[in-house]
Amino acid sequence: MSESTGTATPDRPADLPAQSPPVDPAVTASLKEKPRTGGLSFWSGDGGEGAKRNLGLIGVLVVLIVIGAATRWDLYSNPDWVWGNTLTILKLASVVGVVTVGMTFVIIGGGIDLSVGAIVALAGVWATTVATQSYGAGGMIFTAIVVGVAVGLVNGILISYGRLVAFIATLAMMVAARGLAAQISGKQTQVSNNSFINGIASTDLLGIPLLVYILAAVVAAGWVLLNRTTFGRRTVAVGGNPEAARLAGINVRRHTLLLYALSGLCCGIAAIMLTAQANSAQAAMANLYELDAIAAAIIGGTLLSGGRGTIIGSLLGVLIFSTITNLFAINGLSTEAQNMVKGGIIVGAVLIQQVQFRSVTQFLSRNKLTTPA
Amino acid sequence: MTQPRDLSRRRLLFGGAAVGAGVLLAGCTSNESTPTAAQTKAADNAEGGNAAPGKKVTIGFSAPAADHGWIAAITNNAKAQAGAYSDVDFKTVEAGADAAAQRAALSTLVAQKPDVIVVLPHDGKELNAFGLESMKAGIPVVNLDRAFPDALAYRLQIMGDNYGMGVAAANFIVEQLKAKGVSNPVIGEIPGIDSLELTQQRSKGFADTLATAGFKVANRRPAEFTADSGQQAATGLFQALPKIDAVWNHDDDQGIGVLAAVNQANRKEFFMVGGAGSKKAMEDIQADNTVLKATVTYSPSMASSAISLARLIAQGKGMSDLVELQVPKEIVLASETITKENASNYLKLGF
Repeated sequence: MSESTGTATPDRPADLPAQSPPVDPAVTASLKEKPRTGGLSFWSGDGGEGAKRNLGLIGVLVVLIVIGAATRWDLYSNPDWVWGNTLTILKLASVVGVVTVGMTFVIIGGGIDLSVGAIVALAGVWATTVATQSYGAGGMIFTAIVVGVAVGLVNGILISYGRLVAFIATLAMMVAARGLAAQISGKQTQVSNNSFINGIASTDLLGIPLLVYILAAVVAAGWVLLNRTTFGRRTVAVGGNPEAARLAGINVRRHTLLLYALSGLCCGIAAIMLTAQANSAQAAMANLYELDAIAAAIIGGTLLSGGRGTIIGSLLGVLIFSTITNLFAINGLSTEAQNMVKGGIIVGAVLIQQVQFRSVTQFLSRNKLTTPA
Repeated sequence: MTQPRDLSRRRLLFGGAAVGAGVLLAGCTSNESTPTAAQTKAADNAEGGNAAPGKKVTIGFSAPAADHGWIAAITNNAKAQAGAYSDVDFKTVEAGADAAAQRAALSTLVAQKPDVIVVLPHDGKELNAFGLESMKAGIPVVNLDRAFPDALAYRLQIMGDNYGMGVAAANFIVEQLKAKGVSNPVIGEIPGIDSLELTQQRSKGFADTLATAGFKVANRRPAEFTADSGQQAATGLFQALPKIDAVWNHDDDQGIGVLAAVNQANRKEFFMVGGAGSKKAMEDIQADNTVLKATVTYSPSMASSAISLARLIAQGKGMSDLVELQVPKEIVLASETITKENASNYLKLGF
């Protein structure tokens, strides 16, 4: 591990000086991690013990479905209903899922984006103004995506070049973007009259809703970007130890900027999906999506301090939340109880992660380090 | 540093594209929809009488800056109604995000010594103290829609009837189901934000009235007064209830999302009653091509009435149709049921 400091990995930028200063071995290791052996299953390349954690999350999903089947057997005994319900859960997860992919990148890169819900609302509102709608579906999609990316770039510039703390910059953006959205919409609900946009939420291809394909495409693209490109490896390196990443030749500032733009892009896509679902947009929409996305990323095993996380884990986190929502809906239970259960699941997931981490550090300190008092 | 030529060309392209997109997008913010002026009472429709210009009065106004069509309509109506009177000077303060911010805004308003203050509080209980203080200082307070618990805290209270909304919705549903001869109906309910007292009152009125007919709510999925939350709540409801006879959705703004969910789930076996009375809902009811067959009103036109009455209070006049020489202390608007038959009468009150 330690002798690898000098060797050039395929990910190291070519313009790095030949005799580089001492590099944090962790960074080099994470940079080297990418070109893995091909024999592993598709998520184990997603980072160390991630596979085990993902299996745990799938277990939780199975338990939730079993509870659903046990409590509403009258519904679950009908296979047509079960298939329709599965698609409903996936549709419910689709918008937050797309936002969460962007959020996962930002968090792995050591940041946080509290403005995602506000960006979705702003992009949705901007795309449904009377003027934008006159340009048709293409104009609306273009507007939503450009607005999303532009707001993400502003976040990124404030954080990477303005040196604002991500929490503060995106908190400010959360307030400001909702304000701008309310200003543009005049606080009214803007109805989308575009049948193509509205059709995104009601069209099925081969029996599967278009929204689910979009979610799948974004998740697949996110997975490839994180696990099979230098961009992804750099994200992990920047989040794990930004100083070491800088010394390793990564342009940390520009990379951070790109991460927030990526999150904005996901929000733009999500805005179109949500507008399609609701046939309208308004400044208050996508309320608290930032918390849903952060919670999903965290129970999916993404470390809030950065440097570790998986796309598949985040997707499973979103699916768990939407399955809980569905479970409470079909049983006619109150949303208060549902929110308490959600809170419990977040705490439980983080506690488990902490226990794992703590046991490792305790093991290390007991065996290797002799810490004085 | 490394590839200056290539980079500069790329930058130029990106920069040009960004500027172009920016210019294009800036043009896309326009919304030509203007607030309907029809919700005000014309000031010049009567010779003499109360509408005739009288003593010059200053009316202070404060309403929460919520992102919701109904609140927006309240503010627009108040402004438009005040503008219709030549003898009214209208001073408005934004109420900010919560009760504390509104209290601060109102104290600056009191310092300007208006003749009367019209306030839609964030929360009637939390702003009760403001009402007492202002009344004590000799400035009459008109409470719009969210009651103060203390009778000394207001000169006039004008509000909608939340319980009555639930009653009206349930009455329509019971009547329709009885006419169809459905004996054991499956009834769904999509309320707004569930923690609000107004939501609880609406749901109570609905449940109480259904109970008199021997019906009950099968499933209740709260949304958040927004279209996207309405869509999600309705989708959950449809999963839980494979066959529905009737649905009451509390709010027409979130109803846009509920109707979208109806289309997406391809459900047509039930009929729906809305709430509040938005223009779009009325148009849908009139067109009769969706499951929405009726809506029960909670009209923001009450803001226009509040301004008219505040003006009369400040001028010391009564309501001309009543015998009393002063404006009454409490007015509760009846919740009306809009159906296909009478929608054309109400269209001008839609927001």
